[in-house]
Amino acid sequence: MSASNVVLALGDDVSTDVIYPGRFMATVLPGETPLYAFADHAEFNTRLKAGAVPRGSAIVAGKNFGCGSSREQAVSTLKGHELVIVAEGFGRIFLQNAINLGLRLVEAPGVQASVGDELAIGLVEVVNLTTGKRYPTRPLPAARQAIVDAGGLIPYTRRRLLETAGRR
Amino acid sequence: MGMTVVQKILARASGRGAVAVGAVVEPAVDLAMSHENGALVINQFLEIYEGTGLAPAPWDPSRIAIIFDHRVPAESSKTATNQRKVRAFVAAHGITKFHDIRGDRGGICHQILPENGYVRPGQVVVGTDSHTTSHGALGAFAFGIGATEMASVWALGRAVNIEVPATISVQVHGTLPPMVGPKDLILHLVGEIGAAGATFRVLEFHGDTIRRMPTSGRLTLCNMAVEAGATSGIVPADAETVRYLREEAGVQEAVEPVVADADAPYERVMDVDVSALAPQVACPHTVDNVRPVTSVAGTHVDQIVIGSCTNGRLDDLATAARILRGRKVADGTRMLVFPASGRIYQQALAAGYVADLVQAGAVVMNAGCGPCLGVHEGALGDGEVALSTTNRNFKGRMGNASAEVYLCSPAVAAASAVTGAIADPREGGER
Repeated sequence: MSASNVVLALGDDVSTDVIYPGRFMATVLPGETPLYAFADHAEFNTRLKAGAVPRGSAIVAGKNFGCGSSREQAVSTLKGHELVIVAEGFGRIFLQNAINLGLRLVEAPGVQASVGDELAIGLVEVVNLTTGKRYPTRPLPAARQAIVDAGGLIPYTRRRLLETAGRR
Repeated sequence: MGMTVVQKILARASGRGAVAVGAVVEPAVDLAMSHENGALVINQFLEIYEGTGLAPAPWDPSRIAIIFDHRVPAESSKTATNQRKVRAFVAAHGITKFHDIRGDRGGICHQILPENGYVRPGQVVVGTDSHTTSHGALGAFAFGIGATEMASVWALGRAVNIEVPATISVQVHGTLPPMVGPKDLILHLVGEIGAAGATFRVLEFHGDTIRRMPTSGRLTLCNMAVEAGATSGIVPADAETVRYLREEAGVQEAVEPVVADADAPYERVMDVDVSALAPQVACPHTVDNVRPVTSVAGTHVDQIVIGSCTNGRLDDLATAARILRGRKVADGTRMLVFPASGRIYQQALAAGYVADLVQAGAVVMNAGCGPCLGVHEGALGDGEVALSTTNRNFKGRMGNASAEVYLCSPAVAAASAVTGAIADPREGGER
């Protein structure tokens, strides 16, 4: 169980164009992409860049968070600030990219929270400590757990490569 | 129990006789496509090999395709440097399916792959682009992945931890009315299904409308399957697929269509009759905010865009040219046209479409993604309205979060260029 302060509350269908606008796509390095997180949301972007958003803070959203493009910057930009995304659902590619890069996503159907609320995020439920409401979480597809357990897709693939090389 | 097309493809690619929906498989990849973001794939690929003592080498360079399209010619020194890095990697590893910035064989990845015969029925195709779903038009299972996942594919030759998706059968019947086409059909479907309604599912297209639809239209349908959240769209290969591969893509080898079993387990069957379908428009700022053109007709438009992986093909340009021939783009509206590939550009030149469009006042740009993703070429001003044949209208999509983007067919776009406001192409008189 971890406690997170809600720093941004959004609706359904938050696209990767909103999370990481296309005009910054030439920037690919994980050390640089965090500068442009929610770049068109000037106030939030300014706070992120100023270091005014503590690591482990939560963005809460509705259905289909991360819909749209496959751009991995939409994940590395949030991972760079170590944000937790609690949403009613995620776009498929965004979800897979987050697992691959180790961004923490929590799928909690029906979740409701406002900026400033405190969340207790556990394995089976998210509790909004401010409103007292509890929301069961949906577990990750089992197939993805191996990647999470390995610490991301790069170490996972590295291990698989070495296993293959070892058998030769 | 029988299998859907995608089940059969994944069973073959995983070396199994059969796979059930929900099973976890590691299919061998037949084609792995990237564009400029190949620069990030290269970074991640090299990181995989760090500390292993193994030399970084892609599993099969002949199965990798890299096409520059998102930012061509480069809009910044950063992009140009990324492109330079990709060129060096391509040369070092002997990647032959590489399409640089060229007027003859360059273009948008989702047109370059089909027109060069790189995609075949039954293949597993992955691409670091969400609209990789397009290639389902040729009966392949094609889906978008991120750059790190692509780096893993380059290393292992497999997509790891893929769940066999459930399939929605979309049965389409009837004859599309004049000025109504595949774009109107897919916009209608995205509106019906919703932006997340097909997440983790495949849309498998069937019916007499689909059987009569040329591959160009099927590419439009499958391209936008992802806008309903789908992992992919797929049209089971048929006689038209074989015709396209032979006549337009120069494929000589045997083509083996993969078809669904009669008792395939569809999660849902949708029936659509298109015989009374009106031209459709997706309104700001979600693709599923779809209405008939009549309900938004008269909305002023600052910029019209015809092109993209959705609607930049020869028949799309032909439709626009036919509507604009001898007419003028309205004052106060600008019109940009982006052919989907250098080959299409040349065909449009030969057919006179480029002359028709330019004489009407359109600016015909080089083949590529153009303003679709808001990087360069045709950004929108504050508060401006665009009407575009592209596939996304998210806030900020065309480079300005205070602008609005409406999505439509080439016929609606061209008819609207004449009036400077969203117009119903059925009311333009016989052309």
